[in-house]
Amino acid sequence: MKEDIHPKMYLYKRIVEAKLFIDRNYAQKIELENISSEASFSKYHFLRLFKQAYGKSPHQYLTEVRISAAKRLLEKGDAVGDVCYAVGFDSIPSFTRLFKKQMGISPKQFSLAQQKTAEQKAKQPFQFIPNCFAESNGWNK
Amino acid sequence: MITKLSHASVYVLDQESARDFYVNKLGFDEKMKIPIGEDVFWLTVGPKGQSDLEITLMPINKGTMFSDEVSQQLSNLVQKGTFGFGVFECEDIYATYQEFKGKGVEFTKEPTEEFYGIEAMFKDDSGNWFSLVQAKKE
Repeated sequence: MKEDIHPKMYLYKRIVEAKLFIDRNYAQKIELENISSEASFSKYHFLRLFKQAYGKSPHQYLTEVRISAAKRLLEKGDAVGDVCYAVGFDSIPSFTRLFKKQMGISPKQFSLAQQKTAEQKAKQPFQFIPNCFAESNGWNK
Repeated sequence: MITKLSHASVYVLDQESARDFYVNKLGFDEKMKIPIGEDVFWLTVGPKGQSDLEITLMPINKGTMFSDEVSQQLSNLVQKGTFGFGVFECEDIYATYQEFKGKGVEFTKEPTEEFYGIEAMFKDDSGNWFSLVQAKKE
Protein backbone atom coordinates (compact mmCIF):
# COMPACT_ATOMS: atom_id res chain seq x y z
CA MET A 1 0.00 0.00 0.00
CA LYS A 2 1.19 3.50 -0.72
CA GLU A 3 2.13 5.29 2.48
CA ASP A 4 0.65 8.62 1.38
CA ILE A 5 -3.02 7.58 1.44
CA HIS A 6 -3.25 9.05 4.91
CA PRO A 7 -0.46 10.68 6.90
CA LYS A 8 -1.32 8.58 9.94
CA MET A 9 -1.74 5.26 8.16
CA TYR A 10 0.79 3.71 10.55
CA LEU A 11 -1.70 4.36 13.38
CA TYR A 12 -4.52 2.77 11.41
CA LYS A 13 -2.40 -0.32 10.83
CA ARG A 14 -1.91 -0.73 14.58
CA ILE A 15 -5.60 -0.15 15.36
CA VAL A 16 -6.65 -2.67 12.70
CA GLU A 17 -4.16 -5.17 14.14
CA ALA A 18 -5.76 -4.71 17.55
CA LYS A 19 -9.23 -5.27 16.07
CA LEU A 20 -8.04 -8.39 14.24
CA PHE A 21 -6.44 -9.61 17.47
CA ILE A 22 -9.88 -9.43 19.09
CA ASP A 23 -11.44 -11.21 16.08
CA ARG A 24 -8.93 -14.06 16.41
CA ASN A 25 -8.77 -14.33 20.20
CA TYR A 26 -12.23 -13.40 21.48
CA ALA A 27 -12.65 -16.86 23.00
CA GLN A 28 -9.60 -16.34 25.24
CA LYS A 29 -9.30 -14.12 28.25
CA ILE A 30 -8.36 -10.81 26.67
CA GLU A 31 -6.98 -7.94 28.70
CA LEU A 32 -7.51 -4.80 26.71
CA GLU A 33 -4.54 -3.18 28.43
CA ASN A 34 -2.35 -5.88 26.91
CA ILE A 35 -3.68 -5.15 23.43
CA SER A 36 -3.02 -1.44 23.79
CA SER A 37 0.53 -1.97 25.02
CA GLU A 38 1.21 -4.56 22.29
CA ALA A 39 0.01 -2.02 19.77
CA SER A 40 2.37 0.49 21.46
CA PHE A 41 -0.38 2.84 22.55
CA SER A 42 -1.19 4.31 25.91
CA LYS A 43 -4.52 2.95 27.13
CA TYR A 44 -6.24 6.32 26.68
CA HIS A 45 -4.83 6.87 23.17
CA PHE A 46 -5.81 3.34 22.15
CA LEU A 47 -9.37 3.70 23.41
CA ARG A 48 -9.79 7.02 21.62
CA LEU A 49 -8.42 5.79 18.28
CA PHE A 50 -10.32 2.49 18.41
CA LYS A 51 -13.57 4.31 19.09
CA GLN A 52 -12.84 6.74 16.28
CA ALA A 53 -12.24 3.87 13.83
CA TYR A 54 -15.08 1.57 14.85
CA GLY A 55 -17.60 3.77 16.64
CA LYS A 56 -17.40 1.71 19.82
CA SER A 57 -14.91 0.91 22.58
CA PRO A 58 -12.68 -2.18 22.31
CA HIS A 59 -14.63 -3.71 25.18
CA GLN A 60 -17.97 -3.10 23.45
CA TYR A 61 -16.53 -4.56 20.25
CA LEU A 62 -15.22 -7.64 22.08
CA THR A 63 -18.64 -8.22 23.63
CA GLU A 64 -20.32 -7.91 20.22
CA VAL A 65 -17.90 -10.39 18.66
CA ARG A 66 -18.52 -12.84 21.51
CA ILE A 67 -22.32 -12.49 21.23
CA SER A 68 -22.11 -12.94 17.47
CA ALA A 69 -20.06 -16.14 17.93
CA ALA A 70 -22.51 -17.30 20.61
CA LYS A 71 -25.41 -16.86 18.18
CA ARG A 72 -23.68 -19.09 15.62
CA LEU A 73 -23.12 -21.84 18.23
CA LEU A 74 -26.67 -21.55 19.59
CA GLU A 75 -28.00 -21.81 16.04
CA LYS A 76 -26.10 -25.09 15.75
CA GLY A 77 -27.89 -26.33 18.88
CA ASP A 78 -25.03 -26.13 21.40
CA ALA A 79 -26.03 -25.86 25.08
CA VAL A 80 -26.14 -22.37 26.59
CA GLY A 81 -23.58 -23.23 29.30
CA ASP A 82 -21.13 -24.62 26.75
CA VAL A 83 -21.57 -21.63 24.47
CA CYS A 84 -20.97 -19.15 27.28
CA TYR A 85 -17.47 -20.45 28.05
CA ALA A 86 -16.65 -21.34 24.43
CA VAL A 87 -16.92 -17.70 23.36
CA GLY A 88 -14.94 -16.27 26.28
CA PHE A 89 -17.50 -15.22 28.88
CA ASP A 90 -16.63 -15.90 32.54
CA SER A 91 -20.10 -16.68 33.86
CA ILE A 92 -23.49 -17.71 32.58
CA PRO A 93 -25.36 -14.84 34.35
CA SER A 94 -23.15 -12.19 32.76
CA PHE A 95 -23.39 -13.95 29.36
CA THR A 96 -27.18 -14.11 29.67
CA ARG A 97 -27.43 -10.46 30.72
CA LEU A 98 -25.23 -9.19 27.86
CA PHE A 99 -26.90 -11.47 25.31
CA LYS A 100 -30.35 -10.28 26.36
CA LYS A 101 -29.21 -6.66 26.28
CA GLN A 102 -28.04 -7.03 22.69
CA MET A 103 -30.63 -9.45 21.31
CA GLY A 104 -33.70 -8.65 23.42
CA ILE A 105 -34.18 -12.33 24.36
CA SER A 106 -32.22 -14.79 26.49
CA PRO A 107 -29.76 -17.27 24.95
CA LYS A 108 -32.18 -20.10 25.80
CA GLN A 109 -35.09 -18.34 24.08
CA PHE A 110 -32.86 -17.59 21.09
CA SER A 111 -31.76 -21.22 20.91
CA LEU A 112 -35.33 -22.52 21.02
CA ALA A 113 -36.47 -20.05 18.37
CA GLN A 114 -33.56 -21.03 16.11
CA GLN A 115 -34.32 -24.73 16.48
CA LYS A 116 -37.93 -24.09 15.53
CA THR A 117 -36.85 -22.03 12.53
CA ALA A 118 -34.37 -24.72 11.45
CA GLU A 119 -37.13 -27.34 11.57
CA GLN A 120 -39.41 -25.11 9.48
CA LYS A 121 -36.62 -24.45 6.97
CA ALA A 122 -36.07 -28.18 6.60
CA LYS A 123 -39.78 -28.91 6.17
CA GLN A 124 -40.87 -25.93 4.10
CA PRO A 125 -37.82 -24.09 2.74
CA PHE A 126 -39.82 -21.96 0.34
CA GLN A 127 -41.57 -20.23 3.21
CA PHE A 128 -38.26 -18.43 3.71
CA ILE A 129 -37.58 -17.46 0.10
CA PRO A 130 -39.47 -14.60 -1.56
CA ASN A 131 -41.73 -16.28 -4.08
CA CYS A 132 -40.63 -14.03 -6.94
CA PHE A 133 -37.15 -15.58 -6.74
CA ALA A 134 -38.37 -19.14 -6.22
CA GLU A 135 -40.85 -18.92 -9.06
CA SER A 136 -38.66 -17.21 -11.63
CA ASN A 137 -35.88 -19.73 -10.98
CA GLY A 138 -38.25 -22.68 -10.99
CA TRP A 139 -37.02 -23.82 -7.57
CA ASN A 140 -40.47 -24.43 -6.11
CA LYS A 141 -41.69 -26.77 -8.83
CA MET B 1 -45.52 3.83 -0.19
CA ILE B 2 -42.26 1.88 -0.23
CA THR B 3 -40.66 1.94 3.20
CA LYS B 4 -37.40 0.06 2.76
CA LEU B 5 -35.29 -2.28 0.65
CA SER B 6 -35.27 -5.75 2.21
CA HIS B 7 -33.53 -7.90 -0.45
CA ALA B 8 -31.02 -7.13 -3.18
CA SER B 9 -29.27 -9.63 -5.46
CA VAL B 10 -25.67 -9.89 -6.51
CA TYR B 11 -24.84 -12.38 -9.26
CA VAL B 12 -21.86 -14.49 -8.26
CA LEU B 13 -19.78 -17.05 -10.10
CA ASP B 14 -19.39 -19.44 -7.16
CA GLN B 15 -21.64 -19.28 -4.11
CA GLU B 16 -19.22 -20.90 -1.67
CA SER B 17 -16.37 -18.63 -2.70
CA ALA B 18 -18.71 -15.62 -2.54
CA ARG B 19 -19.85 -16.63 0.93
CA ASP B 20 -16.24 -16.78 2.06
CA PHE B 21 -15.58 -13.33 0.58
CA TYR B 22 -18.60 -11.59 2.10
CA VAL B 23 -18.42 -13.31 5.50
CA ASN B 24 -14.70 -13.71 6.10
CA LYS B 25 -13.30 -10.73 4.22
CA LEU B 26 -16.04 -8.11 4.49
CA GLY B 27 -17.19 -9.37 7.91
CA PHE B 28 -20.86 -9.80 6.95
CA ASP B 29 -23.27 -12.13 8.70
CA GLU B 30 -24.62 -15.11 6.83
CA LYS B 31 -28.38 -14.66 7.15
CA MET B 32 -29.86 -17.62 5.25
CA LYS B 33 -28.43 -20.71 3.66
CA ILE B 34 -31.16 -23.01 2.42
CA PRO B 35 -30.43 -25.81 -0.04
CA ILE B 36 -32.64 -25.56 -3.09
CA GLY B 37 -30.96 -27.97 -5.45
CA GLU B 38 -27.71 -29.73 -6.15
CA ASP B 39 -24.99 -27.36 -4.91
CA VAL B 40 -27.42 -24.42 -5.13
CA PHE B 41 -28.49 -22.44 -2.07
CA TRP B 42 -30.73 -19.57 -1.18
CA LEU B 43 -27.79 -17.74 0.33
CA THR B 44 -28.09 -14.30 1.86
CA VAL B 45 -25.65 -12.13 3.76
CA GLY B 46 -25.69 -8.66 5.23
CA PRO B 47 -23.56 -6.17 7.10
CA LYS B 48 -23.45 -6.67 10.86
CA GLY B 49 -25.66 -4.02 12.36
CA GLN B 50 -28.13 -3.87 9.48
CA SER B 51 -30.59 -6.62 10.32
CA ASP B 52 -33.28 -5.63 7.82
CA LEU B 53 -31.28 -6.07 4.60
CA GLU B 54 -30.43 -9.38 2.96
CA ILE B 55 -28.05 -9.45 0.01
CA THR B 56 -28.75 -12.56 -2.03
CA LEU B 57 -25.67 -14.19 -3.52
CA MET B 58 -27.34 -15.52 -6.64
CA PRO B 59 -25.60 -18.24 -8.60
CA ILE B 60 -25.54 -17.64 -12.33
CA ASN B 61 -24.95 -21.08 -13.65
CA LYS B 62 -26.74 -23.80 -11.80
CA GLY B 63 -30.46 -24.14 -11.46
CA THR B 64 -31.29 -20.56 -12.27
CA MET B 65 -33.67 -18.83 -14.62
CA PHE B 66 -30.97 -18.35 -17.24
CA SER B 67 -30.37 -20.45 -20.31
CA ASP B 68 -26.84 -21.82 -20.75
CA GLU B 69 -26.10 -19.14 -23.32
CA VAL B 70 -27.29 -16.30 -21.10
CA SER B 71 -25.47 -17.80 -18.09
CA GLN B 72 -22.24 -17.77 -20.05
CA GLN B 73 -22.76 -14.20 -21.22
CA LEU B 74 -23.64 -13.03 -17.73
CA SER B 75 -20.65 -14.85 -16.19
CA ASN B 76 -18.35 -13.14 -18.67
CA LEU B 77 -19.83 -9.72 -17.90
CA VAL B 78 -19.56 -10.25 -14.14
CA GLN B 79 -15.94 -11.39 -14.45
CA LYS B 80 -15.11 -8.34 -16.54
CA GLY B 81 -16.29 -6.07 -13.74
CA THR B 82 -19.27 -4.74 -15.67
CA PHE B 83 -21.65 -4.48 -12.74
CA GLY B 84 -21.59 -2.14 -9.78
CA PHE B 85 -24.11 -3.08 -7.13
CA GLY B 86 -24.12 -0.40 -4.50
CA VAL B 87 -22.49 1.68 -1.85
CA PHE B 88 -21.41 0.39 1.53
CA GLU B 89 -20.85 2.85 4.34
CA CYS B 90 -18.29 2.52 7.09
CA GLU B 91 -17.37 4.38 10.23
CA ASP B 92 -13.75 5.01 9.24
CA ILE B 93 -12.64 4.31 5.70
CA TYR B 94 -8.92 4.18 6.38
CA ALA B 95 -9.31 1.45 9.01
CA THR B 96 -11.72 -0.48 6.80
CA TYR B 97 -9.47 -0.08 3.75
CA GLN B 98 -6.44 -1.24 5.74
CA GLU B 99 -8.28 -4.30 7.05
CA PHE B 100 -9.75 -5.31 3.68
CA LYS B 101 -6.43 -4.82 1.86
CA GLY B 102 -4.78 -7.00 4.47
CA LYS B 103 -7.35 -9.70 3.73
CA GLY B 104 -6.66 -9.56 0.01
CA VAL B 105 -9.63 -7.51 -1.20
CA GLU B 106 -8.88 -5.90 -4.56
CA PHE B 107 -9.38 -2.13 -4.59
CA THR B 108 -9.84 -0.24 -7.84
CA LYS B 109 -9.84 3.17 -6.13
CA GLU B 110 -7.95 4.14 -3.00
CA PRO B 111 -9.69 6.31 -0.39
CA THR B 112 -10.25 9.66 -2.04
CA GLU B 113 -11.92 12.84 -0.81
CA GLU B 114 -15.19 13.47 -2.64
CA PHE B 115 -17.84 16.10 -2.00
CA TYR B 116 -20.01 13.53 -0.17
CA GLY B 117 -17.23 12.03 1.95
CA ILE B 118 -14.23 9.76 1.42
CA GLU B 119 -14.70 7.00 -1.13
CA ALA B 120 -12.83 3.87 -2.19
CA MET B 121 -13.94 1.15 -4.59
CA PHE B 122 -13.39 -2.57 -4.46
CA LYS B 123 -14.37 -5.76 -6.26
CA ASP B 124 -15.84 -8.92 -4.83
CA ASP B 125 -14.38 -12.31 -5.71
CA SER B 126 -16.62 -12.59 -8.78
CA GLY B 127 -15.81 -9.16 -10.22
CA ASN B 128 -18.78 -7.09 -9.01
CA TRP B 129 -17.70 -3.69 -7.80
CA PHE B 130 -18.85 -1.66 -4.85
CA SER B 131 -18.23 1.78 -3.50
CA LEU B 132 -17.08 2.10 0.10
CA VAL B 133 -17.84 5.46 1.66
CA GLN B 134 -17.14 7.24 4.88
CA ALA B 135 -19.90 9.80 4.72
CA LYS B 136 -19.12 13.39 5.45
CA LYS B 137 -20.19 14.25 9.00
CA GLU B 138 -22.64 17.13 9.21
